[in-house]
Amino acid sequence: MSNVGIVIVSHSSKVAEGAADMVRQMVGDTVPIAYAGGNPDGGLGTDVAAIRDAIDRAWSDAGVAVLVDLGGAETNSEMAIEMLPEIRQSRVVVCNAPVVEGAVMAATESSGGSPLEAVKRTAEELMAS
Amino acid sequence: MTHSTASALLVNDVGLHARPSVKLTQTAKRFASELEVALAADGPWVDAKSPVKIMRVKAPKGATLHFRALGPDADEAVRQLVSLVERKFDEE
Repeated sequence: MSNVGIVIVSHSSKVAEGAADMVRQMVGDTVPIAYAGGNPDGGLGTDVAAIRDAIDRAWSDAGVAVLVDLGGAETNSEMAIEMLPEIRQSRVVVCNAPVVEGAVMAATESSGGSPLEAVKRTAEELMAS
Repeated sequence: MTHSTASALLVNDVGLHARPSVKLTQTAKRFASELEVALAADGPWVDAKSPVKIMRVKAPKGATLHFRALGPDADEAVRQLVSLVERKFDEE
């Protein structure tokens, strides 16, 4: 798929899955989407390997925008990006935006064929009032 | 370059809420023309291709959406947006 992919990273697998459901239902299936939530034991947390896998699943040549919730979700996402092949690293960005609303806005922007920078800008526009 | 304007009454129950806002911006993005939306014929005008700005319009059922477009496909863009609103965003 040529549209920018969206990855949702939350401490809660339910939040991550629910946000991904919202994106699919509201935006449709023209945008690759994947999520990672919870730690490997099934508790609250985030997992670098799971995030990296989610980036692979949502991969698009147009790049991937990652939406995160709190603290470790951001640092672990950055670590997951560093584990990608170097050629892919520059095509993945973490957005400074609320995870659920940001995912819907980013996916909407992506569904119109916008480039990665525009997708990130739209998600982050939520933070400006 | 063509300039085109039209308006449509919001007849769906929820008005311009989340899902209709997404559909409106998705439709707008299919066109090359500049496309704007307003709740009054004299503005203020909002970029119809901006999901965040359209989500903030929060127009209720019964409101009138005004559209204006400038560009090579302005007429068709405005026609498609009016049609989307009149079709109740394909949701009802």
